[in-house]
Amino acid sequence: MKTKNNWKAWLYLLPAIAFLAVFMVYPLIDVCVYALEENYSFAQGEATGIGLANFRYVLSDPYFVQAVKNTFLIVIITVPVSTGVSLLISLGLSSIKKLQNAFQTIYFLPYVTNTLAVGLVFMILFRKTDYTEGLVNLLLGKLGLGGVDFIEGPYWAKMFVMCFYTVWVVMPFKILIMTSALASVNPDYYKAAKVDGASSFRIFRKITLPMISSTVFYLIITGFIGAFKAYSDEVALFGTNLNAAGMNTIVGYVYDMLYGSSGGYPSYAAAAALILFAIVFTITYINLTVSKKTVQYV
Amino acid sequence: MRVLLENLTKRFASRTEKGRDVIAVNNFCFEIPDGQLVGLLGPSGCGKSTTLNLISGLETPSEGRILFGDQDVTRLPPEERGVGLVFQNYALYPHLTVEENIIFPLQNLKGKQKMTKEAMHEKALEAARLVQIDPLMERKPKELSGGQQQRVAIARALVKIPNVLLLDEPLSNLDARLRLQTREELRRIQRDTGVTTIFVTHDQEEAMSISDLIIVMKDGVVNQIGKPQEVYDDPVNLFVAQFLGTPAINVLEGELRGGRLFIGEEAVLDMPGKADGPVWVGIRPEGFLLDENGPFTCALDRVEVMGRDVSVVCTHGKMTGRNIRAIIPSEDRNSIRGETVRFRLKPAKVHVFDRESEARR
Repeated sequence: MKTKNNWKAWLYLLPAIAFLAVFMVYPLIDVCVYALEENYSFAQGEATGIGLANFRYVLSDPYFVQAVKNTFLIVIITVPVSTGVSLLISLGLSSIKKLQNAFQTIYFLPYVTNTLAVGLVFMILFRKTDYTEGLVNLLLGKLGLGGVDFIEGPYWAKMFVMCFYTVWVVMPFKILIMTSALASVNPDYYKAAKVDGASSFRIFRKITLPMISSTVFYLIITGFIGAFKAYSDEVALFGTNLNAAGMNTIVGYVYDMLYGSSGGYPSYAAAAALILFAIVFTITYINLTVSKKTVQYV
Repeated sequence: MRVLLENLTKRFASRTEKGRDVIAVNNFCFEIPDGQLVGLLGPSGCGKSTTLNLISGLETPSEGRILFGDQDVTRLPPEERGVGLVFQNYALYPHLTVEENIIFPLQNLKGKQKMTKEAMHEKALEAARLVQIDPLMERKPKELSGGQQQRVAIARALVKIPNVLLLDEPLSNLDARLRLQTREELRRIQRDTGVTTIFVTHDQEEAMSISDLIIVMKDGVVNQIGKPQEVYDDPVNLFVAQFLGTPAINVLEGELRGGRLFIGEEAVLDMPGKADGPVWVGIRPEGFLLDENGPFTCALDRVEVMGRDVSVVCTHGKMTGRNIRAIIPSEDRNSIRGETVRFRLKPAKVHVFDRESEARR
């Protein structure tokens, strides 16, 4: 549709455009500029040249490599696990009749709980100090295992707690979305399948899953993006000095480069942020390509 | 296969705590002979769909038995009953093609019944040919018209060669022209396969036109079972009489006195051998004959031309509806003059019902 009053439309859009320009577009350009300026100094406000030195530095920084490794581990473990477990719980929730609302509320509680409060509870559960073994270790002790400090102990233990925590925090939202997706499937399909003699597993595979596949893919894609941006959960569990704990993430690295105790390097931060962007972009692109081939839009 | 329902009752727990249970189906007894097309007819909410769900096994009865042939299937799950079910909205799986939809029931077969891919394909094609949708096998349901979707649903229900085919309001989602076409198609498919078929409808015309047998239900109770014409000609009560026929039967207050039927002060018909008392008089629209000396006088409202026939709309002090409709051949309309019309009534088209119980007298 072409109209001569185009300027009117632009006028209506102006507030949003101005806002986005100042807070989104300009910073985005600025990040790219920062990332390419070599030896930029805050004090003088000038750089010695333009190039890829910042990227080279970041990529060879062992802390960054560790952060990338941690981030990828968290993503690869938590996204499939949280999506799968959420799907199971949603299926359970939608098949029970009694107390369905009560259970739905319980499963949704972590979503409205403060991250730091949850972190504190996890620390109490998992931490081993001079005074106490921690609840989890006490339970493990009953099984003849235990004695692991999950918060300041070996890497695998910390990663385990980290993933456990992340899964626990992201599940409520996924359960909420998937339960409503399941509820929106017309029950006549299930009746038809039942009369046709399909087993419950086959009904799930052939009918339920395809019918909610667009929702599942939405959750996987947003799950990937969210997990790549993990940071606050790590702080909640291991404190602000994540490099020392060996549990830093890419976003954490960016933050440290800017404001951390050894910070003040906006160029390195910008380079790391752009690398993260490239990773997220690639993964999302792959996700979308796969989903286009498999998702049933009905 | 013969279907027998014995004292079938289905109660649903009331939604409110103090409310009484809802009896959707009350003490059903009827037998459907093998290979017949049966219309289960009644107004919305009368328990037709519940009855269908009981026969299919999607619901279990509170009391009573269901027999297919000699086998008691009351406690069998739907998949073991060998029924085909067509839903009102067809319930075609939207993500599967027509062929995948039709083949779905075959893929569920287990054990000895298991079929090879080729055999399944062959069967599906056979069912598709029967309903004439074989050229559309690769389409998705949303690429089909309503009528085509319904054919797919029927093919899916027939592919396993069910003992009983059940259809829930099969024509209600189609437009008027397609509905006429499809109901004939339905009749043909049923004849070709010989499968005992039960379909639910609230449209009496639909039920009358294609059924071998109609079952008229009201409030969970069977009112009458019979061949369509018999039920129309010989309704057991006022409800059945009113439910069948378009335009609907005219109902007036009347009285039986000394073997004659009075409407107001006019003795309209001789009815020897019937006990005196107040009655409801039902007169079919085709039961009127124009006659200048006829015993039944009505005030003329208007004449509606319908082509072959005309519909004479009149009023009467004892009528219960908004007006009285008489259908007469259009060549007789010239004799309608003035503000009143007088009719003679055809005895076979006049039914009297008890004023209290509304049962046929």
